Amino acid sequence: MSKISAWGNYPVIEANLIKYWDSNSLNFEDNKEYIAYGNGRSYGDSALGENIVKVREKDLFLDFDQKSGLLHVQAGVLLSEILEHFVPRGWFLKVTPGTKLITIGGAIASDIHGKNHHIEGCFSECVEEFTILLDSGKIEVCTKESNPDLWRATCGGMGLTGVILDAKIYLKKIKSKYIDQTTIKTANLKETFEAFEEYKDMPYSVAWIDCLAKGDSIGRCLLMVGDFLEDGDLSYNLKKQKSIPFNFPTFALNNLSVKAFNWLYYGKVKERISKQKVDIDTFFYPLDAIGHWNRIYGKNGFTQYQFILPKEQSLKGLEEILYEISASGKGSFLAVLKLYGKANDNWLSFPMEGYSLALDFKIEPGLFELLDKLDEIVLKYGGRIYLTKDVRVSKENFEKGYPNIEKFREYRKEMGFDKRFQSLQSKRVKI
Amino acid sequence: MSYILIVGAKSDIAKAVAREYANSGYNIYLAGRKIDTLDAFAKDLTIRYQIEAKLVELDILNFKSHQEIYNSLDKKPVGVITAVGYLGNQELAQKDFNEAKRIIDTNYTGVVSLLNIVANDFEERKEGFIVGISSVAGDRGRKSNYIYGSAKAALTTYLSGLRNRLSSVNVKVLTVKPGFVDTQMTKDLDLPKKLTATPKEVAKDIFNAQQKGKDILYTKWFWRYIMLIIKTIPEWKFKNMSI
Ligand SMILES: Cc1cc2nc3c(=O)[nH]c(=O)nc-3n(C[C@H](O)[C@H](O)[C@H](O)COP(=O)(O)OP(=O)(O)OC[C@H]3O[C@@H](n4cnc5c(N)ncnc54)[C@H](O)[C@@H]3O)c2cc1C
Ligand SMILES: NC(=O)c1ccc[n+]([C@@H]2O[C@H](COP(=O)([O-])OP(=O)(O)OC[C@H]3O[C@@H](n4cnc5c(N)ncnc54)[C@H](OP(=O)(O)O)[C@@H]3O)[C@@H](O)[C@H]2O)c1
Repeated sequence: MSKISAWGNYPVIEANLIKYWDSNSLNFEDNKEYIAYGNGRSYGDSALGENIVKVREKDLFLDFDQKSGLLHVQAGVLLSEILEHFVPRGWFLKVTPGTKLITIGGAIASDIHGKNHHIEGCFSECVEEFTILLDSGKIEVCTKESNPDLWRATCGGMGLTGVILDAKIYLKKIKSKYIDQTTIKTANLKETFEAFEEYKDMPYSVAWIDCLAKGDSIGRCLLMVGDFLEDGDLSYNLKKQKSIPFNFPTFALNNLSVKAFNWLYYGKVKERISKQKVDIDTFFYPLDAIGHWNRIYGKNGFTQYQFILPKEQSLKGLEEILYEISASGKGSFLAVLKLYGKANDNWLSFPMEGYSLALDFKIEPGLFELLDKLDEIVLKYGGRIYLTKDVRVSKENFEKGYPNIEKFREYRKEMGFDKRFQSLQSKRVKI
Repeated sequence: MSYILIVGAKSDIAKAVAREYANSGYNIYLAGRKIDTLDAFAKDLTIRYQIEAKLVELDILNFKSHQEIYNSLDKKPVGVITAVGYLGNQELAQKDFNEAKRIIDTNYTGVVSLLNIVANDFEERKEGFIVGISSVAGDRGRKSNYIYGSAKAALTTYLSGLRNRLSSVNVKVLTVKPGFVDTQMTKDLDLPKKLTATPKEVAKDIFNAQQKGKDILYTKWFWRYIMLIIKTIPEWKFKNMSI
């Protein structure tokens, strides 16, 4: 038994870790439940369970086709490893989240999205096929066409259909490691929305919202949009990471992030619209520059609350929620706001056309009551909660947001997956 | 670019070492028994690092085969790294000499058989480097693993002699003494987390030490001091201890 947790450091559990295994001889024991664990960058309890199958060690690059950019890798390969070896050759990920330290298995299981969701969709859109271990000795190669049910249940299925072993994904061509970034400073939520609309043809966009703002300035932000340059500079040097060596006392945190935002908002970004040339790591993965930054939340851990609202309801809903958060005095002072494109047809994928907000909360008394309250608002406006960030949502609040949940449940039952694959999260929300 | 020969290549440490060298542009020979199982790993090296990687079937216990295998390498390596090892079962080895012999031969005799051949070649070519993975277990005999430990102690002494012999022809020999490493070898042991290195950390240490031409490497670094303390405990006291 070993201690393990995911990125939020909450909960920390004792589990049986299975690290050395071979897909051909991984014998699942009857009456025992298993869950795959990639690199633990999900925030809550979706990768935690009694018996944890560690996939990170399965990290082989199996094949690469220069012409089409189709890369075949084992499921434990990190996105950062792909970048390290392929950016210098002029290739980049079609879809990438805000950290490069996740595995391919985790990217598929959460059907993750990036700053370009409104253009490229979710991660599954760049997956050609994956291989999955469904039960001892039962391995299936799955494409969207060959087994649509398994596909729709696995992409976004949070590890609840089996252990993904490898996948073929398409990379995209780039001509530079630099991004031509435009930063737009807005004064309130309405302006923020207008700015998103104005720049919606830009491939990449994301906004940092100041959650401290009150009254008329609620929703003020720095919106950053951009696209790759074409200057031919592909040298991609891994930067030395700074690391947070131990858990911070929590008071340190708020001061830090307030200062950071104010520094940017009032100091660095002077004009309403400004231009920067930034590299891949700065643009896509600013937080990865500091290893173990999760420790700044202290030893009790933290969670991230991420929800999405349909477009027509976004302005009203967000106003209400930001007001609620600001009144509670909880939550990080920065939140990430993003515009999303159309939903895909995977049963549990998070994105839908609209706006999503994500912000961190340290675990403390009264927090879950507040988040329950926010759930009510999210659901009232027809939104949903992102499972890969979640550690507390109730079954009722979760399922209201996911119209295909019954299909997912039935499919799991029918295939017997519910007896084999369970996480703490899947038990909580009964999926 | 030149080749590095990695012996015992199926070991987790060896694989991490292979990636370090490939990352610097070296081509790699991966040698070990039933080496076909490293097919995918070799392909991984070629895709990641755009180098060549070849498999070489080699059983360290089949002493007689070593010369022929070495001769058969088209391009002679500029460096040889040996990671073969066998922890074995101490209790069994106390009762059954076959187990003791296997521990000794895998960790020591077999490595001597192979490195003799390599050393002769390097001496003649006046170039090359040799890295031998020994262990801190060879620094002092303990009841829990002294058969393994004594074989590693012999290896350490062998490498030290080899270094002495080859220094005049500018062939460098590095003795690596890992402490606890999280690998297949130790998967059933309950290792203290703070003292345990990952194969990748060990591999980086090995690569850096070899490139700098160091003689002896403790990895992680603090094992040098841990072993210093353990070595200074007087024998009359040590004999009654359980560590
Ligand atoms: C700083 C930061 C920024 C982030 N930004 C974004 C973002 O912009 N967009 C976004 O979508 N997400 C984002 N995330 C969330 C992250 O991308 C997902 O949680 C991702 O799934 C983590 O992958 P992992 O390999 O660490 O998997 P884990 O956290 O280990 O597991 C996550 C889920 O995937 C399952 N899983 C993992 N591997 C396998 C496998 N081989 N087979 C089957 N199931 C598997 C697990 O069972 C679990 O349900 C961010 C996270 C962090 C820490
Ligand atoms: N892990 C530690 O804590 C630790 C500490 C100190 C030193 N070391 C040393 O580090 C080295 C690497 O060990 P590791 O931890 O990576 O463990 P490992 O995976 O068990 O490595 C040992 C390797 O030796 C190979 N080998 C054994 N007998 C062989 C034979 N007859 N012919 C060819 N190859 C043979 C094994 O191959 P097979 O798969 O074919 O058996 C295996 O690849 C060893 O020398 C070990 O003694 C390890």
